[in-house]
Amino acid sequence: MIALLSAVPGFRGPQTPLDPAGPQALHIEHTLFLIFWITSVVTVVVLTVLAFGVLRQHAKGEIPPPFEVDPQTERRATWIVGSAIGVTVILLFVMMISSFITSHRTAVLANSSALKINVYGHEWWWEIEYPNEEQPYRIVRTANEIHVPAGTIVDIHGTSRDVIHSFWAPNIHGKKDLLPGYWNDLTVEVDHPGTWRGQCAEFCGLQHAHMAFNIVAQSREDFNNWYNAQLKSASEPQTPQAIHGREVFLSHPCMMCHTIRGTTANSTVGPDLTHVASRSMIAAGTLVNNTGNLTGWIANAQSIKPGCRMPPNPMDANDLNDLVAYVESLR
Amino acid sequence: MSEQKAQLVLEVASRESSERRAENLTRVWAEPAGVWGWFKAVHHTTIGKRYIVTAFAFFLAAGLLAGAMRLQLAFPEAHIMSPDMYNQVFTMHGTVMMFLFAVPMMFEALSVYLVPLMVGTRNIAFPRLNAFSYYLFLFGGLTLFAFFFVNSGPDRGWFAYVPLSGPDYTPGKRADMWAQLITFTEVSALAVAVEVVVTVFKLRAPGMSLNRIPVFVWGQVVTAFMVIFAMPGVVIASTMLLLDRTASTQFYNPAVGGDVLLYQHLFWWFGHPEVYIIFIPGTAIVSTIIATFSRRHVFGYMALVLSLIATGFIAFGLWVHHMFATGIPQMSESFFTAASMMIAIPAGTQIFCWIATVATGKVVLRTPMLWVLGFFFVFILGGMTGIFVASVPVDLQVHDTYFVVAHFHYVLIGGAVFPMFGAFAYWFPKITGRMMSERLGVWSFWLFTIGFNITFFPMHILGLRGMPRRVYTYPAGAGWTVLNQIESCGYVLLFLGVLVFLVNVWRSLRTGPIASSNPWGAGGLEWAADSPPKPYNFLDLPTVNGREALWDAAPDQPIVAGLHEDVREMLTTRLMDAEPEGRDEFPEPTIWPFVAAVVTTALFIGSIFRPVAVSIGAIPLAIALIGWFWPTRQESARRRERDIWQKNS
Repeated sequence: MIALLSAVPGFRGPQTPLDPAGPQALHIEHTLFLIFWITSVVTVVVLTVLAFGVLRQHAKGEIPPPFEVDPQTERRATWIVGSAIGVTVILLFVMMISSFITSHRTAVLANSSALKINVYGHEWWWEIEYPNEEQPYRIVRTANEIHVPAGTIVDIHGTSRDVIHSFWAPNIHGKKDLLPGYWNDLTVEVDHPGTWRGQCAEFCGLQHAHMAFNIVAQSREDFNNWYNAQLKSASEPQTPQAIHGREVFLSHPCMMCHTIRGTTANSTVGPDLTHVASRSMIAAGTLVNNTGNLTGWIANAQSIKPGCRMPPNPMDANDLNDLVAYVESLR
Repeated sequence: MSEQKAQLVLEVASRESSERRAENLTRVWAEPAGVWGWFKAVHHTTIGKRYIVTAFAFFLAAGLLAGAMRLQLAFPEAHIMSPDMYNQVFTMHGTVMMFLFAVPMMFEALSVYLVPLMVGTRNIAFPRLNAFSYYLFLFGGLTLFAFFFVNSGPDRGWFAYVPLSGPDYTPGKRADMWAQLITFTEVSALAVAVEVVVTVFKLRAPGMSLNRIPVFVWGQVVTAFMVIFAMPGVVIASTMLLLDRTASTQFYNPAVGGDVLLYQHLFWWFGHPEVYIIFIPGTAIVSTIIATFSRRHVFGYMALVLSLIATGFIAFGLWVHHMFATGIPQMSESFFTAASMMIAIPAGTQIFCWIATVATGKVVLRTPMLWVLGFFFVFILGGMTGIFVASVPVDLQVHDTYFVVAHFHYVLIGGAVFPMFGAFAYWFPKITGRMMSERLGVWSFWLFTIGFNITFFPMHILGLRGMPRRVYTYPAGAGWTVLNQIESCGYVLLFLGVLVFLVNVWRSLRTGPIASSNPWGAGGLEWAADSPPKPYNFLDLPTVNGREALWDAAPDQPIVAGLHEDVREMLTTRLMDAEPEGRDEFPEPTIWPFVAAVVTTALFIGSIFRPVAVSIGAIPLAIALIGWFWPTRQESARRRERDIWQKNS
C-alpha cells in the first residue's frame, strides 16, 4: 500500500491532473500534494499510536472486570488529546489557506483580451464554437476537438443544449459543469503544444462513457492556419467517387442532422461536418478517424454507441464507400 | 440461625412472587400468536429484528449488483451488460445501499431494537407507528425491486439530477419509481426519528440524566434530529420532480423559468447530512464497543457527546461541496470549504478520545473489537481523502471521478459497515441468546478487510488517472484496465467475507453456545435484560447511577416499583434529570398499522400512474387510521377506573 501511495506522484498521461500542462492544473497539483503529504503523515502517526495502544497491554483469555483509570493517567491523556486536537486545527488551517490561495490564483487569469471559445454540451458530444465579435458571420464551428494557441489565455464559455454535462480536461484545469439555463466560464492556459484528452464528468445518460474530446494546443502560427482553414466552406469533391458521395450525402437522411457549409445540408442536430476529416477522432473521442471506423460508424452507429442519436443507415456498398470517400475529402 | 432461615423464607417468597409477576407480564406483553398475529406485532424487539433482517437482505442484494458492475468493468469496452442495464444496476446499487440499507440499518433497525433496552423501558414510544414505518420501508423496497425485475428500474443515479431525470429525458416510469421510493423511505425514517426522540427524552430509566445517557443513545438522538431536519429537503425535491413528471409543473424546466440547480441545492441539503445520518450511529457503536473491550468508561464522554452534536450541526453547512463545479461564486465556495474542513475537528476529537480509551484501557481482542480496529484503519483513510474533496480547487479535479468513489466507500463502509459487523458480533448474543463463533468471526473480518482494500484502494489511483464515475465502460488505451481488474478480484474476497459471516450466523443460531445475559461483562442497561429479552424487556424496571449503568450500580441499586402490571404501563420521566414524572400506557398489538401501510403503498404507487390516486387513496387511508386510533371499550373503562384511583390516592 505504501508502494502504491508513493507511486502516485509518478503519473503521466493525456488525461490526469497529475501531469499539468497549464498554470491552473499546476497550482491545483501543488495544493493536492500539500494535502496528500499532510494527511499521509497524520494517518501514519495516528495508526501507529493506535497500534501501540492495542499491543501495549491487551488481555488474554477471560474478559477482566472493568476498572477505574487512575486520575493521573486520565489527566495526562486529556493533555495529549487536547494538543492533538490543537495540531489538527492548525493543519486544517494550513490546508484551507492553501486551498483559498489556489482558488484565487486559478481565477485571476481572466482577461478581456483572451481567446473566447463557446462549448455546448449535447447528448453525447461537444459542440465547439469560436465566436467573432467584429464579424459575427465568420464563425468557426466544430465538434469534439478544441484547438488553442499555446501560451495564450483562453476563456471557455459553456452551457448545455440538453441535460447537465461537465467539461473536464484534467491536464489543463478542474471541471466545470455545463448547465441548461446557465453560462459558466473556465479560464485556462496551455503552456506548450500537444494533445490532451478530456471527458464528460457529469452523468448524462446512456452514452456518458463515450463523451470525450481532445484539446490540441498549437503554436500561434499553426493555430492561425488551422483557424483560417476552418473558416472556409467545404472543399469541392475532386474524384468521381467523392462527387457521387456528396449526392449520397444529400439524398440520404445525413443532411437532416448535419451541416456541411457550401452545400444545402445545414441542420444543427449533429456535429458540423464541414471539416470532419481534419479531426483525429469521431463519435466524441470513441473511434480513431479512419476509413474503416467511418464506414462502420455511418453504417450502424448503434452497434458502437448504443442509444446515440445517429440512426443506422442501410445503403448498398458502393454508395457507402463513395460516401466515406466524400467525408474523407472534407479536410 | 433463625435469621438465616427467615432470610431464606423471604428469598423463596420473593422468587415465587417474581415468577408470578413474570408469568403475568408475559401474558400482558406477549405478541399475538398465529399468522395474523405476525402482522399485529408492535413490540420494538420484534419490529427491530425484522428491520435488521430486511435491511441486511437489501445490503446483500445491492452487494450482488456491485458484483455485476465489477464484472462489466473488468474488461475495457466490454459488452457483458448493455449501457442501459449498467445504468439501472449502478442506480439500484446506490439507491438500495443508501435508502434501503444504510439509513434503515444504522438508524432505524439499531435504534428501534436497542434504544428502549438501553434507556430501560418496556417498549419504544408510539409502537404502532413503529410497525407502520417498518411495513412502509419493506413495501417500498419490494416495489422498487419489482420495478427493477420488469426492466423499469431507475437509471438516473441515486441523485437523479434534473433535467436528465425530468419528463423530457426520462420517458417511462423509471424516475417516478425512484422519486416514490424516496417518499417511502423518508416517511419511515421520519416516523422512527420521532419515536427515538420521544423514547429518549421521556422514557428513560430514573437517574439517567442527560449526562448519563449512553453514547450510543446520544448518537441515535442526534441522528433522529438530523433526519427530522434533513428529510424535508429531499421530500420537496423529489415531490417537485414527481409533479414535473406527472402533473406537468415546470419547477426544473429552464426553458420556462424553472431552475436545474434548485434541485441540487434541495437534494444535497438532505444528501450531505445523509452521510452523517449513516455514520454517526457507526461512531456511536464504536464508542460503545471500545468502552466494553477496553474495560473502562469511554475516555472524554463529554467531548464525544459534544462532537456528535457539533457534527449534527455542521453537517448542514456542507452541502455545496457536492456542487463546487456548478459555478457557485468563489466567496460562497470558500465558506463551504471552511465548513467542510471544520467538520474534521469533531471527527478528529472522537478518534483521539477512542485512541486514549484504548491506550489507557485493558484491550480485549474479540471479533467486535477487531471490526472496530478495522474501522479505524478504513475510516481514517476515508476521512483524509475527505480533505481533498473539501478543498475547492482539488475537488474540481477529483469530483465525479473514481477518487470520490474510493473516498465515500472508505467513509461509508468504514463508518457504517465495519461498525455494523462489530455491532452484530457484539449484540448477537443479546438478540438471539446464542454466541457467535469467534473463529469464523475472525475469518470473515480478515477476508472482508483485505477484500475491501483491494477493491477500493486502487480507485483512488484510477481517479487521479482521470477515470470518471458512472461510466459503463472505458477505452482500452486509457491505462485503467489493470487497476480495474485488481478491484474486481478484490470483490471476490469481499463476497467471501460476507458469505463466511452468513455461515457464522446460520451455525450460531442453531448450535452456538447459550449466551448469559451479559456475556461481555458490559456496562449498558441492555445487558440487564435476558438474552434474548423477554417481551416485557425488564422484570424490574431499573434505575441508573452512572454512565455505564451496570458497572456503576450501587450494591443496593433501587428498582422501579408500583406500575400496574396487568396492563402495558410505562413510566415517563423528566427531560433533563430523568426524575419520575408520570405514567402512561403503551398501546396493544393491532392489525391497523399493517392495513394503513398497505393502503399507503397502493396510494404511492398509484400516484405514479394517475395523480388522482392520492385523492382516491385518501379514503381507505382515513378508514385505516380511524381503525388505528379507535378507543376500545375495555381500555377506556380501565383508564376511567385508574384515573379515579389516582385521584383518590
